Amino acid sequence: MLVKPILNEALCNGCGLCVTVCQCGGMVIVASIIKRVDVADCRYCAECELVCPTGAIQCPYEIVIEESIEMTIEE
Amino acid sequence: MAIEIELLKSIPYFLGLSAAELEAIKQHVFEQSAERNDMILLEEEAAHAVYFVVSGVVKVFKTSVEGKEQILCIVKAGESFNDIAVFDGGPNPASVIAMTPVVLYGITKTDMETILRRHPGLATNVIKILSKKVRHFVSLVEDLSFRHVTDRLAKLLLEYATDHGPIGGEAGARPRLTQQEMAAMVGTAREVVGRSLKALEEEGAIRMDRHRIVIVNKKRLEEMSGVTAG
Repeated sequence: MLVKPILNEALCNGCGLCVTVCQCGGMVIVASIIKRVDVADCRYCAECELVCPTGAIQCPYEIVIEESIEMTIEE
Repeated sequence: MAIEIELLKSIPYFLGLSAAELEAIKQHVFEQSAERNDMILLEEEAAHAVYFVVSGVVKVFKTSVEGKEQILCIVKAGESFNDIAVFDGGPNPASVIAMTPVVLYGITKTDMETILRRHPGLATNVIKILSKKVRHFVSLVEDLSFRHVTDRLAKLLLEYATDHGPIGGEAGARPRLTQQEMAAMVGTAREVVGRSLKALEEEGAIRMDRHRIVIVNKKRLEEMSGVTAG
């Protein structure tokens, strides 16, 4: 399953900046609250997190060394 | 929930203490839990206790009057925070927030003074732990003063990839970091972190793989961060 930005609707002020910058149409504002469009092909560019003035969107990264990924797959 | 002796034993503060001593200390320990993003301590508030992370991860940070955040350290299972305020009697030196769901053990300031009087052997452990923290902060000052942002980010990525347990390990052992958190750790703006990650990717040191930052050239990151490969 594709990991997508984490949305905190309680923090959203409905400004719509994330909708403006999202290149894949992955966000919409419904009744002044951010909602994710699940069919969208999110590239995890994190631009939505960058422009969000209230911290309602988070794009956390896992930091790994390539070898450890290979080992996990082998296991 | 009951305080577990086995968990206490695994905390470096209590290394080398006898079962009887641990049992006596256990009476002074309280448990506290928090969800991701819960504020645990606020800087400048009166210090109440020293805390030990039993599971999960917290971040210790300062906030400037302009709202800029500087992360001082990430505290993992077995490690402690707010020790300084408990020993020097001052307020909390920094704020603490949960990065994952966390379980904490705590000992109040008054109880810690009693424990140290009754179990002086503990003082050696405390000195070692505080010395390690001083060393960490010396290294942080060195990085912030003398290293470029991209080199500091290279060091952060290396430390994070190697210090936080295996993928798929215990939940919360390897917390994920946002670019905002990386910026707060290396002392820069979020936009600069974005540019530095791109620079590292163009150089072939890392690969951005959706929600993963994959280190593909560990040696290059070691060179940039001044780490000597062992």
